[in-house]
Amino acid sequence: MSPNKNTKEMICIVCPVGCHLQVTVEGEDVKVTGNRCPRGEEYAREEILAPKRVVTATCRLEDEQHPRLPVKTDAPLPFELINDLLQEIYNLSINPPVKVGDVLIEDFGGTGVNLVASRSVPPGLTD
Amino acid sequence: MRTEQIDALVIGGGAAGMSAAATISEAGFSTALVEREDELGGVLLQCIHNGFGLHEFKEELTGPEYAERWIRTIQQSDVMVFCGTTIMEMTLLEDGRKECFGYSPEYGVVKFVTRSVVLAMGCRERNRGNVMIPGTRPAGVYTAGLAQRLVNMNGYIPGKDVVIVGSGDIGLIMARRMQWVGSNVHAVVEIQPYPSGLTRNISQCLNDFKIPLYLSHVVTRIYGKERVEAVDITPLSHGVPDHDKTFQIKCDTLLLSVGLIPENELSKQVGIELNPLTNGATVDSMLMTSIEGVFSAGNVLHVHDLVDFVSAEARLAGENVIAYLNGKRPQRELTIKPGANIRYVNPTRINPDVESDVYMRPLVVSNNARIQVLVNGEVVKKQKKPHVQPSEMIKLKLSPKIFKDIDITPDSKVEVTLQDEP
Repeated sequence: MSPNKNTKEMICIVCPVGCHLQVTVEGEDVKVTGNRCPRGEEYAREEILAPKRVVTATCRLEDEQHPRLPVKTDAPLPFELINDLLQEIYNLSINPPVKVGDVLIEDFGGTGVNLVASRSVPPGLTD
Repeated sequence: MRTEQIDALVIGGGAAGMSAAATISEAGFSTALVEREDELGGVLLQCIHNGFGLHEFKEELTGPEYAERWIRTIQQSDVMVFCGTTIMEMTLLEDGRKECFGYSPEYGVVKFVTRSVVLAMGCRERNRGNVMIPGTRPAGVYTAGLAQRLVNMNGYIPGKDVVIVGSGDIGLIMARRMQWVGSNVHAVVEIQPYPSGLTRNISQCLNDFKIPLYLSHVVTRIYGKERVEAVDITPLSHGVPDHDKTFQIKCDTLLLSVGLIPENELSKQVGIELNPLTNGATVDSMLMTSIEGVFSAGNVLHVHDLVDFVSAEARLAGENVIAYLNGKRPQRELTIKPGANIRYVNPTRINPDVESDVYMRPLVVSNNARIQVLVNGEVVKKQKKPHVQPSEMIKLKLSPKIFKDIDITPDSKVEVTLQDEP
């Protein structure tokens, strides 16, 4: 075995089946076995090279009945940026009215990922 | 007293209630939807994580987003909505209608006189009493869903150093949530030898944070006078706690994610027959309970793991209410029962003349399972499943074709079995 070759086990989180994947990494080359579908291979590759997660949290809302506003990223965010984003979310304070999908933080850290409101206050508010 | 004469009363304004009410109202029947909280949405409003709606909307939504789609549907419909209103009592009138009393700070007592009722009250969490954890009774012991509500809706953080009992999905989601609000989760303790939540939640909620999962372990003691100070954790050996191997974890908070029970208070009060296998009502092929004109759907009927299935089941209940109000009844029904490796099948009767959706839970984990449907011992349907586990409900479509060549008598029994084929 060459010194920079390295095998990892991981669980695929793309769908509820949860395949147990064996991933062999040799430099930039990633080999995946144990996946039942092509999405598993893609997941493992991304998980090794640049893991990402959708972040969901709540921020302060200036509303008596709804003190917290649920928020989410509109795309998966690189893993190492999650804590920085959470800090920014906890520093936010939003005034109602707010609509589901309203952008609260645009292009976080130059990633192209936005933070959006995931509910409306007042409830079911539309244009 | 305000009185409403209506065709249908839907009790509970969560995923099930909104879907049933929208369906019934769409067909032109006068429908009231009653919710005890101040707004519609139910438990979805506190489930801020994503993963909802893949079946219903073909996209991945958070709980509040999923609720909001349905709230808009209700707002655009003719459904009369009563929020902040609790139904405390139901009586059966001689003409077959039901009289239900709701209490609300806004309206006082409201009387609904209705031709049909849909029970959509959802479920409750099992708590410390249900799992009998010995020890003192300090503050800091919460059910996971209550903690979820405190964090996500009220903005309180219930504790700093957390141990979670049970590896159900709510517990796993809360493990990540507590980490993300700055608390430390020290352990998840599961009595079964396998996790009871989805594998992907083990991966993204525990493994991402290196939270240890103790399978085949139980919490055997809670310490602390005013506040939780520590818990004892004991491994099971052949199903029995091995006390010599007990270890202690210091913590200030214990979250319990130890299962859900249908909310049956009203059902029991009117004498609806309950199914001991699901803890929900026993229902026929129309999802009608033992009381004519009273239907049930969603988590109050049996606990679902996907909200999409709740919406679909409640839509079906709504369609059946419409058929009932139009005077339609099934011509014949067959009893359907769980067989080998199946915990329960819902509903408990099916109509062989129409297509039926049947929900079931397996008793085993298998990566190569075959489901069989038998009538009078004869196999009429086979279906392969690449993966089954007890925490994941199985949905099966039964077409009237499979009963075509079978002699059906009133005594005929349908049985569903599961074979694990290694």
